Amino acid sequence: MSRKRVWKTSSIVSMVLAVGLVVMAILVNTTSLSQQTWLRVLFGVSALNFALRATVPLVLGALSGILCERSGIINIGIEGMMLAGAFAGFVVKVATNSWPLGMSLMAGVLAAVLIGGVMGLLHATLSIRYRMDQIISGTIIIILAAGFTAYLFDRDAVAEGKFVAMPIPGLSKIPVLGEVLFNNPPLTYLALILVVVLHVALFHTRWGLRTRACGEHPRAADTVGINVNRYRYMNTTLGGMMAGLAGGFLVLEAVGQFQEGMTAGRGFISLAAMIFGNWMPFGALGASALFGYTQALQNELLLAGVVNVPRHFISMLPYVVTIVAVSGFVGRVRPPAAEGKVYETESSA
Amino acid sequence: MNGDASPIVRLMRALLIPVLALIMALLLGAVIMLVFGDDPVKAYRGLLYGAFGSGRGWATTVRKMAPFILTGLSVATAFKAGLFNIGAAGQFLMGTIFSVFVGINFQGLPVFIHLPLALLAGLLGGMLWGAIPGLLKVTTGAHEVITTIMLNYVASLFAGWTVYAGGSQGQTPGPLWDPTAGPISETPDVLPSAQLPWIFGPPYRVHWGIVLVLAVVVLIWWLLYRTTIGFEIRTVGQNLKASKYAGIRVNWTIVLTMILAGGLAGLAGGIETLGVNHKFAPEFSGSVGFDGITIALLGQTHPFGVVLAALLFGALDAGGAKMQFDSGVAADIIQVIQALILAFVAAPAIVRSIFRLKRTPEQVKPTVSTSWSGPG
Repeated sequence: MSRKRVWKTSSIVSMVLAVGLVVMAILVNTTSLSQQTWLRVLFGVSALNFALRATVPLVLGALSGILCERSGIINIGIEGMMLAGAFAGFVVKVATNSWPLGMSLMAGVLAAVLIGGVMGLLHATLSIRYRMDQIISGTIIIILAAGFTAYLFDRDAVAEGKFVAMPIPGLSKIPVLGEVLFNNPPLTYLALILVVVLHVALFHTRWGLRTRACGEHPRAADTVGINVNRYRYMNTTLGGMMAGLAGGFLVLEAVGQFQEGMTAGRGFISLAAMIFGNWMPFGALGASALFGYTQALQNELLLAGVVNVPRHFISMLPYVVTIVAVSGFVGRVRPPAAEGKVYETESSA
Repeated sequence: MNGDASPIVRLMRALLIPVLALIMALLLGAVIMLVFGDDPVKAYRGLLYGAFGSGRGWATTVRKMAPFILTGLSVATAFKAGLFNIGAAGQFLMGTIFSVFVGINFQGLPVFIHLPLALLAGLLGGMLWGAIPGLLKVTTGAHEVITTIMLNYVASLFAGWTVYAGGSQGQTPGPLWDPTAGPISETPDVLPSAQLPWIFGPPYRVHWGIVLVLAVVVLIWWLLYRTTIGFEIRTVGQNLKASKYAGIRVNWTIVLTMILAGGLAGLAGGIETLGVNHKFAPEFSGSVGFDGITIALLGQTHPFGVVLAALLFGALDAGGAKMQFDSGVAADIIQVIQALILAFVAAPAIVRSIFRLKRTPEQVKPTVSTSWSGPG
């Protein structure tokens, strides 16, 4: 099957699923169907809210992966970039506790994004300048971030306050949908906006065309005068910033504190979301939403206690779904053709 | 190319980059400690003393080597076939659980049956957990990096369940939980007939597992470099297309390599449990997974290199606690140093440019499959 047709079919399927979800959600939360525990677990407002919260770091991570891989750099270090971002956000938030809350949180976000960018730049340098295997370079990013954050983490530090919901006037009054979609803290909106921005940038700007050229056929891109490695440096750094933002979200919006290893595999799940979403921003959003929803389901099942299965098995759900999704779709999606390969210009080779 | 170079010259060449990488990582680690207000001299003195300063230090270093060698060997073997096994942690855990299961059951078996059986169970548990990503890769094209990581989490939850002490609301305890442990989630001790005997008993606690591990190293070396299967594994890793044209059953080789890699990590779990801990509790697992990657690369993916790298990691691990105690430097700095070692080993260009070395023709770069698409 061609890439385009697969994309069309899966878009239609996800549209149908999304519409079904919305209809069910409205029915369950506004009628007497809410008496049914199972329906509440699947479609309750709290489940959907949780799903969206779980989706945000995944989609940001997936966008990070798309940015890097569309230009030809594989980034399995998203997990480490996220963790570093989370830590930097936490440290700066703690240091600025005395500032007004909004300012302090903004400073935290800025720090998270910056350190993510630094990690991205490091990944790019190792894999372009020093021609390191990109998967190994990504692994180094992960270990480095885990080591540094554990070494520097002051367990007594407390970040005071986190982002609170900013209801969008008017829209947030819509029953069910408004509660879920238009009554969120700022980084959630930002993540959703970034999906649209990246889509437009990738497919409707010169930058996007050139980025994709670097990822698909760097020799051709080079021939028409595009500086392939400069694009790769730039995109990997931007990708790092995106992953850093995901970390910032975890600390400054979702949890409010830093914990060692708090990314808990989200960076890897977002890689799966990127693959599952066929290296497209909206695809990544859909896949992330699916994974986020599984996490919510896991949480709601545990809370409701409706199934008599040990909690350990319920907690496996997001990971197993990831494996199934990646197994079912990898053969049918196509990564950028030149990713993972060092590009050498004629003169340097 | 260097056929005329004597073995000693070749060995020196092979060791050059890893040794320089180690030195640079330690120096950079010292700079980092200085920046964050720690005393690197005190820290490294504590580290060195903790690892080699006493009989017990040496014993700890050697004891810690065993799992490092096997997980490093697991990752290295997968590298040979161009596979990146990040799943050593999960395979290690499955091996542990399988070994413990055999170890705490079958009362009355003689040692020479019970112990090998428990070790084999560990091997089998790891093989099973390694086979899954291998099979998924060849049948669906799912990349092993993602599947092995996800399976790590699944294994960790599974292991947690087997020893789960049950909840306060009457949740069922796990099948391997020790009822005499009360609210603590752990298994009973494995029976004495399934424990690896000591070479040096407490307080040194060095068990025969290390000898077994060294035998496995030689076996894997023989398998990789002296048998047809090993040749096929290495050929698949170096050139997938060519090996297909040469008539190698690529898919079978990939699955086999993952089974082998998983088995090695699983055996590590078994040996660690039957030799040192004698039971399983979730907090024992540690970070063996990523250590295996660094050890494999530091050892240049060669079985004997892995042993040397594992010695270093054993020492770092053994000395870390002493370092933290003596100098107050958090032992987590060791993980930073390990990442730096990995960076310098994996990018010899950095080391060469700093020490102004000429490119030696014999540098074998570990090849990793670097695209998400299937095995082609």
